[in-house]
Amino acid sequence: MDLAFFSVQLLNGLQYGLLLFLIASGLTLIFGIMGIINLAHGAMYMIGAYLVYDLNLRLGNFWLAIMVAIPIAIALGLIIERLFLDTLYKRDHLYQVLLTFGLILVLNEAQRIIWGGDVHRVPVPAPFDASIQLTDNLQYSVYRLFVMGVCLALAGVIYWVIRHTKLGIIIRAGAVNRDMVEGLGINVRTLFTLIFSVGVALTAFAGMIAAPLTSIAPGMGDNILITCFVVVVIGGIGSIKGAFWGAIIIGMATTFGAVLIPSLASMVIYLIMAAVLLVKPRGLFA
Amino acid sequence: MLHRYPKRVAIIMLILTALVAAFPLWGEAVFGTQANFMLEKLTLMLILALFAMSLDLLVGIVGLVSLGHALFFGLGAYTLALASPDFSPASMWWMLPLVMGVSASIGLFIGVLVIRTKGIFFIMTTLAFGQMLYYFISTSQFAGGTDGVFIMFRPSLAIGERTLVDLDNPYSFFYFCLGMLLIGYFFLRWLTRSYFGQVLDGIHDNEHRMQALGYATSGYKLIAFVIAGVMAAIAGMLAAMQYGFANPAQLGWHTSGEVLMMLILGGMGTIFGPILGAFAYEILLFIYEHATTHWPILMGLTIIAAVLVLPRGIAGLIIAPPWQRKRNNDDAPAAKKEQASEAVQSTTPRKEG
Repeated sequence: MDLAFFSVQLLNGLQYGLLLFLIASGLTLIFGIMGIINLAHGAMYMIGAYLVYDLNLRLGNFWLAIMVAIPIAIALGLIIERLFLDTLYKRDHLYQVLLTFGLILVLNEAQRIIWGGDVHRVPVPAPFDASIQLTDNLQYSVYRLFVMGVCLALAGVIYWVIRHTKLGIIIRAGAVNRDMVEGLGINVRTLFTLIFSVGVALTAFAGMIAAPLTSIAPGMGDNILITCFVVVVIGGIGSIKGAFWGAIIIGMATTFGAVLIPSLASMVIYLIMAAVLLVKPRGLFA
Repeated sequence: MLHRYPKRVAIIMLILTALVAAFPLWGEAVFGTQANFMLEKLTLMLILALFAMSLDLLVGIVGLVSLGHALFFGLGAYTLALASPDFSPASMWWMLPLVMGVSASIGLFIGVLVIRTKGIFFIMTTLAFGQMLYYFISTSQFAGGTDGVFIMFRPSLAIGERTLVDLDNPYSFFYFCLGMLLIGYFFLRWLTRSYFGQVLDGIHDNEHRMQALGYATSGYKLIAFVIAGVMAAIAGMLAAMQYGFANPAQLGWHTSGEVLMMLILGGMGTIFGPILGAFAYEILLFIYEHATTHWPILMGLTIIAAVLVLPRGIAGLIIAPPWQRKRNNDDAPAAKKEQASEAVQSTTPRKEG
């Protein structure tokens, strides 16, 4: 493996990891603050990708499509939270698992009804549809670099909000002791709705910007969901920092695993998870 | 959890068991030429009932919500498929112990890792381990990859040359599965009422208190995890015999979700509830599949509705019918209070960690 090839893999791993972080951060926020395990999180990623595919065809502009798709995703998050999750906060995780499992069935099938079972692609949008020539036969997509930049920027914003704003203080306090936050006069109900919508929007947004990089297919959300569970378990549930490093570890392991040990590639992330569980059962950053 | 159920529970279950067992007598009269097909469906329901019941030991009795229980179901199926000789039937006398041994050792290995986690972590890690085996099997050459493995011969149950139960015959296989389900039921009933079961019940209610009383709770949970895994693997083996193949889908997390659904639909923590749940789920599935190709929407909505309005499942309806609850409201405030607190106890989360 020469240096150029190695650096391309490194970039790919970083890009995948950063994308995973966007999805996993929503998952971990929703769990950390609301105590809800949301299996339908992956389905929202899928819906984000399909929304952009559809709107891109209708509007003819990728960026416009994203602008329209984000409010739709937020609205969907609001509806789900108000309609279904409202009754579940005080109940056992088992019921949350089942209800969101039911939501997956509904959302996956709704996707089939609206967009069918075919695999779709979204063209890489201008002005990022170019490549940088690294060596004679190696090039790197500018769009991937752009995705990395966006993810890093969002990670920075999330970090800033959680560390340096009043909302962030409430979120951090809520993750430690929800009842106390409520006792101090914070409207937890509104906070929950906000967190859930933001979490869902982050995931859907990840699906949107990932759309030109992956094939858009039914069930794409299920795979990403389980990968994100592994990320969250490694990083520690409720920890944004853990989600970040967990995502980078998994991104790198997936990319390099596929190159170095192809026979075990699909197992690598689970083996890492098992190793982390052995040493730190509550995750690296919990 | 070790309630004394009203007498009607036993009566209803006895009637249903008799009805199912007598299917060969009335099946043809009701379903005509479809009778054989219905017998197959019924056999599958018996197998899934055993599967759902095994999960009840974990979820309902110990309070460990596993989203990876299909791992054991698929493990039983694949053990049978891969260990069966190509050109002759295997013997049940070594196949059953083999399935139990394989699932017990893998259950022990995974159990040691996942028992260290609690609550939501347990859900996520069981899910992840289930998917690990799923990817391992579906990318392995020896296990037939995504196509799975066909089982050419069902195992035989014989002493010497004499066949005890002809498992190739759909009717005797049906009774074999019914027998396995009943054994499973009475085993779990005995287990939950034993000293061991009392400790599990204590762990469900308050693990810290059990630890303070000097119980090594992890050990108890691990044993329960392994027992549930072995029972699920037996169900998986029976399912593979019924289908004639082992397929990665049997290991996937959708199967784990479905079996949880059967559990909640039937009523968890009751042992007999999951049996009703498995039957109800399969009957609903049958109806939905015939109604529309988009049946997952209907199933998804059913799951959501069941979670919202029927958290104690069908068993909850039988044990405490709505009209009876209402009567208590009217003329016995004390009884109402007691019942309410009991209802709260079994539906609210127990503090963990």
